[in-house]
Amino acid sequence: MSIEVRNINKKFGSFVALDNISLEFETGKLVALLGPSGCGKTTLLRIIAGLEQADSGDVVLDGQNSSTTHVRERQVGFVFQHYALFKHMTVFDNVAFGMRMKPRKERLPEPMISKKVHELLQLVQLDWLADRFPSQLSGGQRQRIALARALAVEPRVLLLDEPFGALDAKVRKELRRWLRKLHDELHITSIFVTHDQEEALEVADQVVLMDHGHVEQVGAPDEVYNRPATPFVYGFLGSVNAFHGRSEAGKLIIGDQHLTHEESTVQHGEDAYGFSRPHELQILPDIEDAVGVLATVVRVLSFGVNSRVELDGVGAVDGQHFEVELTPDQLEDIKQRIGLERGQFVRLLPSRLKLFSRDSAQQGIK
Amino acid sequence: MQTKFERNIATREPAWLKWTIISLGLLFFIFFLVMPLLSIFYEALRRGIDVYWESITEPDALAAVRLTLLVAVISVPLNLVFGVAAAWCIAKFDFPGKHILLTFIDLPFSVSPVVVGLMYVLVFGVNGWFGGWLQANDLQIIFAVPGIVLATIFVTFPFIARELIPLMEAQGRDEEEAAIVLGASGWQTLWYVTLPNVKWALIYGVILSNARAMGEFGAVSVVSGKIRGLTNTMPLHVEILYNEYMFAAAFAVASLLALLALVTLIIKTLVEHKAAQTQRDFAGEH
Repeated sequence: MSIEVRNINKKFGSFVALDNISLEFETGKLVALLGPSGCGKTTLLRIIAGLEQADSGDVVLDGQNSSTTHVRERQVGFVFQHYALFKHMTVFDNVAFGMRMKPRKERLPEPMISKKVHELLQLVQLDWLADRFPSQLSGGQRQRIALARALAVEPRVLLLDEPFGALDAKVRKELRRWLRKLHDELHITSIFVTHDQEEALEVADQVVLMDHGHVEQVGAPDEVYNRPATPFVYGFLGSVNAFHGRSEAGKLIIGDQHLTHEESTVQHGEDAYGFSRPHELQILPDIEDAVGVLATVVRVLSFGVNSRVELDGVGAVDGQHFEVELTPDQLEDIKQRIGLERGQFVRLLPSRLKLFSRDSAQQGIK
Repeated sequence: MQTKFERNIATREPAWLKWTIISLGLLFFIFFLVMPLLSIFYEALRRGIDVYWESITEPDALAAVRLTLLVAVISVPLNLVFGVAAAWCIAKFDFPGKHILLTFIDLPFSVSPVVVGLMYVLVFGVNGWFGGWLQANDLQIIFAVPGIVLATIFVTFPFIARELIPLMEAQGRDEEEAAIVLGASGWQTLWYVTLPNVKWALIYGVILSNARAMGEFGAVSVVSGKIRGLTNTMPLHVEILYNEYMFAAAFAVASLLALLALVTLIIKTLVEHKAAQTQRDFAGEH
């Protein structure tokens, strides 16, 4: 089933949680609502479910305006961050709950319910826990039971509110992969909320980036990562090096130095920021050249798959901090060619630089 | 598990201090709680078991026991309903005036029971606001059972609500939200999700409310009129007997109330034990 929200506004007191949000969620897709805490993503999810009421705007489920439909009739499955399992019921009774609460006419006979509960428990691979109580399960198991319980009422859409937020890193990774697999089997339209960009990029078909009640960008994971539309998205989806200067004839002028950048809409003469990811910076020895900026080496961190070099700006970029990411081979190569001692002067040259006007850039680098 | 404060040399207080404090506590306990309680039974039985039996089976005493039970049987279930409704409303919903409502729930705790009794006399008494109308329609509230029930309900109202509200608030609204998303109606949510989660607190509140309902003196004393065999509850009956120098009989009836208190305490301890267990399970989940 498709989901659409139109012009949703929501305020809590004077705090604007959602500012005129319009989005479409395609049938069968797994979409991530991604953003920092307080960006309105959970509020939007709860409005779609009907647990929260928008001040204005519409929720359209399957082409029908459902803004005033009761939660009970929206046929959504909702998974809570803290599981919200019924503590006093066994796992079996938890999963059976939705089916047992149906009006007598629609209710399945108990043997059928039992059969279905066991099917669902098999689906989440926890059939052996049917007689346990929630307090006897691990966090990961609880969340899978919560998912089985949500699926039991055959929801038209599945909404997950930070489903892995309360789990430790290892279980989180495992459940992520498992959720993706489950979605590939069921193809139920799903939206999940997360503040973890890795989680969103890894699991979702589509990512909606939100900040301060606005939608910043919507796109496939590789699209939002490789072509961030706004400075916020640039900053949120990974580390960023920012260069502040003036745009002139396709160049970013920083004091005596200048940088070349990708095509942009920034006007000639305008104050601007250039953004570049750590792996898009080159370290060069010849500090006389006017292309690039000057910096001194502060620290070389060479553990893990990639090594990092931390540098402090010099001259026109004094007081700024830069980060360069290299493969161990590249690091070895540079060390042999130019040394990379602490305090050594080098030139930094972005291989790729995206330009944003000063006003729009402020929020991306804060 | 942590080492107990008492066992850890680094946190232990000197022995003399420990024993002084413990002795003080024990002395107080013996002189002001255990001895008076024992003296009730001693006085009640001093003139022999026959007198005791006669005192508690004479018609006026039996009538007092019956009335006390009747009042408890009416007021406790009513307070159960009111208490659950108030707690559910306060803990699970947000609305303007919530704090004022909370204050009103606590009102019976802060108002002297005698004042409560007087309030009812002012409203329903012969010279009260509705007195004339009530009399015209041949309805009697003051100096009759309805007045006693009303006064008891007022005095015992906060016990159940106060027991439930903190627990319900601590448990949050997640489970209720989960229940409605799964299609449960309001009643189903209350019955299958909210109430089972506060089961032990609810029973605890009922026990306290019941003990107070049976033991209430001040408010009931004002509205009852103390008509023997008709509007005398057990505490009132004890007072009348005592004032008439019928000590053995007074203590015999008092011993019944004391027994009730002991039974209440035992049940309360058991329930608290159970409640602590579920509380631990609850804590284990977060």
